[in-house]
Amino acid sequence: MSGRTAVIALPYLWLLLFFVIPFVIVLKISFSETQIAMPPYQPLLQWAGERLADIRLNVNFGNFLYLFEDRLYLLALVNSLQVATVSTLLALLIGYPLAYAIARSDPRWRGILLMLVILPFWTSFLLRVYAWIGILKNNGLLNNFLLWLGVIDQPIVMLQTDFATYLGIVYCYLPFMVMPLYANLEKMDVTLLEAAEDLGCRPLRAFASITLPLSLPGVVAGCMLVFIPAVGEYVIPALLGPSDSLMIGKVLWTEFFNNRDWPVASAVAIVLLLILVAPIMYFQRAQGRESGGRR
Amino acid sequence: MNGKRSLVRLSFLVFGFAFLYIPILSLVFYSFNKSRLVTVWGGFSTEWYGRLFENTQILDAAWLSLRIAAINATGATILGTLAGLALARFGRFRGRTLFAGMITAPLVMPEVITGLSLLLLFVASEHAFGWPEGRGVSTITIAHITLTLSYVAVIVQSRLSSLDVSLEEAAMDLGARPAKVFLLITLPIISPALVSGWLLAFTISLDDLVIASFVSGPGSSTLPMVIFSKVRLGVSPDINALATIMVSLVTLGVLIAGFVMLHRDRARQRDMQLALGSD
Repeated sequence: MSGRTAVIALPYLWLLLFFVIPFVIVLKISFSETQIAMPPYQPLLQWAGERLADIRLNVNFGNFLYLFEDRLYLLALVNSLQVATVSTLLALLIGYPLAYAIARSDPRWRGILLMLVILPFWTSFLLRVYAWIGILKNNGLLNNFLLWLGVIDQPIVMLQTDFATYLGIVYCYLPFMVMPLYANLEKMDVTLLEAAEDLGCRPLRAFASITLPLSLPGVVAGCMLVFIPAVGEYVIPALLGPSDSLMIGKVLWTEFFNNRDWPVASAVAIVLLLILVAPIMYFQRAQGRESGGRR
Repeated sequence: MNGKRSLVRLSFLVFGFAFLYIPILSLVFYSFNKSRLVTVWGGFSTEWYGRLFENTQILDAAWLSLRIAAINATGATILGTLAGLALARFGRFRGRTLFAGMITAPLVMPEVITGLSLLLLFVASEHAFGWPEGRGVSTITIAHITLTLSYVAVIVQSRLSSLDVSLEEAAMDLGARPAKVFLLITLPIISPALVSGWLLAFTISLDDLVIASFVSGPGSSTLPMVIFSKVRLGVSPDINALATIMVSLVTLGVLIAGFVMLHRDRARQRDMQLALGSD
């Protein structure tokens, strides 16, 4: 019995200490005032005198008010949600056909094809983003290729555009889209499609009325896995996007590292978290069903 | 009719894999380029590999990152296995919902949030208890374990739930204590999951830029941090050489792992057939 308790307690305490408590601290600091010191924020509770009644509570809503007053933060938030939505849809558009083709290919090939999808995920994320700089820049691979083809006679500016950000996110998160989709499509009962075909249903119609609806859980899981991290993405917009691009992850990074305004950075983190709480909970419930249904 | 359909599937595959691999192959190709302008071909050369191995800043950072990744992977595998075991085998226990939540949330949490919150924890804790003294290898390792133990837990949990419990029950019926059952029966069976969990934790740690930037201190720049500061200034051919080395190592590792697993699977299937046949 005590062994069982230890098995649970060790990871439990670790995650409480290093995952849950930090959020409480972020919440606390988001309500405190900036000061020039180390750490650069004022404590929430202050002892002004000797007695217990002298405790002063410095709750400061200023950081949050500031976020709503300055249009920059609101714009960054809206822009991040938009970028994440568009990239998720693009990833679905590329990932679904790929997952479908793998799930319907010869069983002997499936393992290898799936491994080929995951392989890029094992190589450095940063270097994969970097690869696109060489492809997209003005004298890069893609422009040279298009010039050689004669499609264009002037290089197109592709690097440091929103297009490059979308491309980078789709590229880096594609395996996360393909994996749940494949898991779903591979399990699907193919006899349903055969039955539909025997009854004279055309393949495209059979896909739309059978395959697509049945694969919705996979679609949702894949989209969540791309959308949630993409909203707070920092590296991809920093390397590929426009230098003045407003992404909330970039704003948080700048507030923290360049402006050294920890309370405002914390407030940004809290707002971002509040926005993502609904999709994260939804994702968790879906995960729970998946693993709960197995047993 | 059927031919047309398989042609469509083939084009999906070709397009998808071209998209995934052309960028990586372009890195490898241009790492052998003599010209400093990365995308203008100036003849074959291995000059940049030589330059790379003279760059002590990159080599030091790589060594630091490899050490952190190895410690992290080991810690995350231990904690993650325990967590996966608890989730898969212990049924309902008090606080299970919170526990499951703490396991899945780090998988999708934006890195800037995780990084910032951990840094604030370390600062507050240093302020209150004097620990950790400054930030560096230990804080990066703790942060990475927190992030990657979830990945290990999910892998172990899914392996355990697809596993037949009858073997463990049989051992228990024969009087083996739970700890012995785990060490002698469960652990060997799930060992491939542990290996993939360890490797995944290792690569995630080796690759992390955002969280490490938040929780590292002066003098502890990891490899991604050095690469990032170089790459921000534009393309540089020695980074291509570094990328080629990393891609080759990963490909080799995945190929070996895939081969070993395939071999094991075949051997197991053969054993199963023999066992069932003699029954």
